[in-house]
Amino acid sequence: MKSRKLLLEHLDVPGIQGIETYVKQGGYTTLEKALKKMSPDEVVEEVKKSGLRGRGGAGFPTGLKWSFLAKPEGIPRYLVCNADESEPGTFKDRYLMEKIPHLLVEGMILSSYALGANTSYIYIRGEFMYVLEILQKAIQEAYAKGYLGKNIFGSGFDHDLVVTPGGGAYICGEETALLESLEGKRGNPRIKPPFPAVKGLWASPTVVNNVESIAAVVPIIRDGGDAYASIGIGKSTGTKLISACGNLARPGVYEIELGLSVEEFIYGDDYCRGIANGKKLKACVPGGSSVPILPHFLVTKTAAGENRLMTYESLADGGFQSGSMLGSGGFIVFDEDQCIVRNTWNFTRFYAHESCGQCSPCREGTGWMEKVLHRLETGKGQMHDIDLLADINKKIEGNTICPLGDAAAWPVAAAIRHFREEFEWHVTHPEEAQKRNYGLIQQPVVA
Amino acid sequence: MLSAEPVEFSGELLAKMEEAKNLFPNGKEKSALLKMLHLAQAEFGWVSVPTMDKIADLLSIQPVEVYEVATFYTMFHLEPVGKYVFEVCRTGPCMLVGSDQLIEHIGKKLNIGMGETTSDGLFTLKTAECLGGCGYGPLLQCRHRFHEHLTPEKVDELIEQYKRGEIEPGAL
Repeated sequence: MKSRKLLLEHLDVPGIQGIETYVKQGGYTTLEKALKKMSPDEVVEEVKKSGLRGRGGAGFPTGLKWSFLAKPEGIPRYLVCNADESEPGTFKDRYLMEKIPHLLVEGMILSSYALGANTSYIYIRGEFMYVLEILQKAIQEAYAKGYLGKNIFGSGFDHDLVVTPGGGAYICGEETALLESLEGKRGNPRIKPPFPAVKGLWASPTVVNNVESIAAVVPIIRDGGDAYASIGIGKSTGTKLISACGNLARPGVYEIELGLSVEEFIYGDDYCRGIANGKKLKACVPGGSSVPILPHFLVTKTAAGENRLMTYESLADGGFQSGSMLGSGGFIVFDEDQCIVRNTWNFTRFYAHESCGQCSPCREGTGWMEKVLHRLETGKGQMHDIDLLADINKKIEGNTICPLGDAAAWPVAAAIRHFREEFEWHVTHPEEAQKRNYGLIQQPVVA
Repeated sequence: MLSAEPVEFSGELLAKMEEAKNLFPNGKEKSALLKMLHLAQAEFGWVSVPTMDKIADLLSIQPVEVYEVATFYTMFHLEPVGKYVFEVCRTGPCMLVGSDQLIEHIGKKLNIGMGETTSDGLFTLKTAECLGGCGYGPLLQCRHRFHEHLTPEKVDELIEQYKRGEIEPGAL
């Protein structure tokens, strides 16, 4: 089954990066329609109807988030695009911005109209400086055509769009850290409330949305919220960009209709075409490094034996006991030769490196977990280290200002939950563990 | 780390910094700070204390407001580095496709350890956490340019190309 494309529909059209080609493919007509024929509230209503959920990872309904925006008189409101794509395994926004920059630009103007924001910002991670320059060029083209600036399409709506870089900090993908960074400060997350919808950028009401969410507003307004909602299953509507990586025959960015089976996504000819080099699947992290890892027997089937689907609900089926999350769509696949202990240590090192240092449980806890995991990985661990990890884990989770603490805790908890025997093997066979990997774990037999 | 060597910002650099400031509303120019640090680093290769002081001056803020930011974000080099800094991604997805081996190979090839610079001042080797190219690993970034799907052979060739000055910065 080939998925319908809403975001990457014109991906293969030569010159689609430039405004002339983008317009020839119908670009900016949705913006024109909205500005001339729809009120801002009607745009919000269509986005609500579409069922679009935040594509950055949290999956919160975008229309609902928009409706929380405070609208006091005389105070500017802002839309900020979160293009700080940094969740390991996730590289879909970079792809979208690089290939079809005008889709984001059109989405920014359209969404800003809905929110009543006359200025919006795209905050892009500093490592994507070349993408920033692609966006900057697209923005200049849009100004030259009159799609940005004063009185767009004669509607009386004025809008300015600015793109600005980060400096290398995962934490700035958290929306309040992003706002701090956008104000030229260290990326320390803010205590909520107040939420950005009330006090965001420069203490003004602000909506922060992911790149893909904002881009999706264009096809939603073009086709109508109901048409978008007719794609997908249940509360997982529309299409989603999945960035697939790890030991896959064909890694890359795929636009899928939500509801596609995980089996088809991994093995199908239109998608990843199976595990690289004919190897076996060992495990999968389906939604970016923060979400729980699944052992091979829980990837394509749920614990209840149902087909696992690429939806928010199906990937979470079984809770953290036997499920995971769709998250950001960073789909990481491990073959039979990969070491779960080493990978868990690697991810934890990442979080220890990226903790902003503001909250002690995260700042200290991630460092401790990294040290204990390194000890286990290098054959110097003891059996009680495994329980020690679980203990530190519980002391981080839920005890920090922002979700980075949880993001660091979940992968460790899940790895121990599903691969405890592999951790134990590292302790009981320290020398062997340095020479070879554990291989596949067996599916527990349920009596 | 604390170099006191005075710096001179060229007219062109000052103009770019002014442009960065003008993207933000009056009184909110501090928002341009990260962009200004990137511009300075592109010009001088790293960010020294006098450079930060000069930026503080341009933004009419306290020097410490620049220091605290420059030290928070990992992209800014606070010590002199080689002309070409290889930042090799080492996070999970890249590790699955061989970043550990690649990092080891580059170190041996250039005969330097992590964070060190070759004696000719050309190359510095660093590791980076997730650079956002997980499907195209192993990979490295140098002067805002991504080099992806790397193998030891490709890296050897890349090093030669950099030595011959054939690779332009990817941005700025």
